Amino acid sequence: MDADSIPVHPTPVRLLHWANAIAMLVMIASGWQIYNASPLFAFRFAKQITLGGWLAAGLQWHFAGMWLLAINGLGWLAYGLVSGHFRRHYLPLAPRSLLRALGDAVHLRLPHQVGVYNPLQRAAYLGVLVIAMLLVASGLAIWKPVQLQELTALFGGYDAARFWHFFAMTALAAFLAIHLTMVALVPRTLLPMITGRARPSRELE
Amino acid sequence: MKPKPRLSRDLVDPSSRSIQALERRLFLKSSLSLGAITLLSGCNVTDSEAVQRVLWAMSRWNDRAQAALFDPQRLAPTYPESAITRPFPFNAFYTEDEVPEVDPTDYRLELAGAIRDKRPWQLTQLYALPQITQITRHVCVEGWSAIGKWGGVNFRVFLELIGADLTAKYVGFKCADDYYTSIDMATALHPQTLLTLRYADQVLPPRYGFPMKLRIPTKLGFKNPKHIMAIFVTNDYPGGYWEDKGYNWFSGL
Repeated sequence: MDADSIPVHPTPVRLLHWANAIAMLVMIASGWQIYNASPLFAFRFAKQITLGGWLAAGLQWHFAGMWLLAINGLGWLAYGLVSGHFRRHYLPLAPRSLLRALGDAVHLRLPHQVGVYNPLQRAAYLGVLVIAMLLVASGLAIWKPVQLQELTALFGGYDAARFWHFFAMTALAAFLAIHLTMVALVPRTLLPMITGRARPSRELE
Repeated sequence: MKPKPRLSRDLVDPSSRSIQALERRLFLKSSLSLGAITLLSGCNVTDSEAVQRVLWAMSRWNDRAQAALFDPQRLAPTYPESAITRPFPFNAFYTEDEVPEVDPTDYRLELAGAIRDKRPWQLTQLYALPQITQITRHVCVEGWSAIGKWGGVNFRVFLELIGADLTAKYVGFKCADDYYTSIDMATALHPQTLLTLRYADQVLPPRYGFPMKLRIPTKLGFKNPKHIMAIFVTNDYPGGYWEDKGYNWFSGL
């Protein structure tokens, strides 16, 4: 370990992050398996990227992964609110700084200061929280359209809730694609999410 | 004079930059290969017996969680006639030309298990009981749904009439198409659970389960048995055709 490295990701963040990565992988891949049983659109997901092999196993994975996702998600919310992680890293978020960062990003200028989230990152991590909540809520609306019928009605009924669930998944998948692309473009961000430490930025790049 | 070989600091000092970079590369490389192996042998990892055991155990846990979530008085939404799906889809584990033909004249509904009066029932006797109708949503485990209009006898009324032990855990069903399934007693006693004899104000046609099906608006479609030949009440878990293959037993909505 570097003598001059500094802690950037506390242990709870790393544990929650990787448990969440597993939960999301399971939920998305098994969700695609379930989608294939009764597709909403004129396509099916390739068998190779689905989990379970057939509908029953896909459902078993989905409703087992659900608990990991829920417990981990609640852990994340509790930690983020109590420790001040959300307040410290996600706020403030000024629209002007967001626009500037967006301009930088499309020109592939990706400034990364160790331990500080740029406005785009803040927006993305806040946004994905909202998407995740929408995904969970629409999932519950499909799972329990009688016991939770008010929630199902809020999504416009059972059939409409399926579309909400699908589009929330699509938004999450888009987040993940960008998230992984960013890690590939700025690879020195990967190791700190495992070890927790990074060398401090020498200057604002 | 031979130049004195100069050992690069990088080669001896383990904390030096290049060695660290190398270690990082190796670490990343091995992590990536591990990931690749996991993906390639994905079937083996996810289909292993240990994983299967965990998934089945989670499904049993989900039975209990759903039983706890189930409110025995909470009614499923009902719909106007205009919302009915036409035509209502046929769905079974066989095609429509394989639908069993049950002869109504010699049909007898068999009763077994924890039931006081096990005398078999003729269809005419069932048709003579008080009838109710309801328009509810049928939700298939595959994801699609359809709204239909069913008529018949309130199942709770029927269970009380035959003196079924209402404290028993399960009600099981055996069907003319060799299908079988079972439900929890709480759902059997739900006010909307219907011993269904009619569809859309007509005698239940063969493709929808003649002579009778159990319509349960609080459960997924496959928990609604068609062509019922026998009903039994028991405390021993009876399983079901799809449930024994891996579909969740409770499957409540």
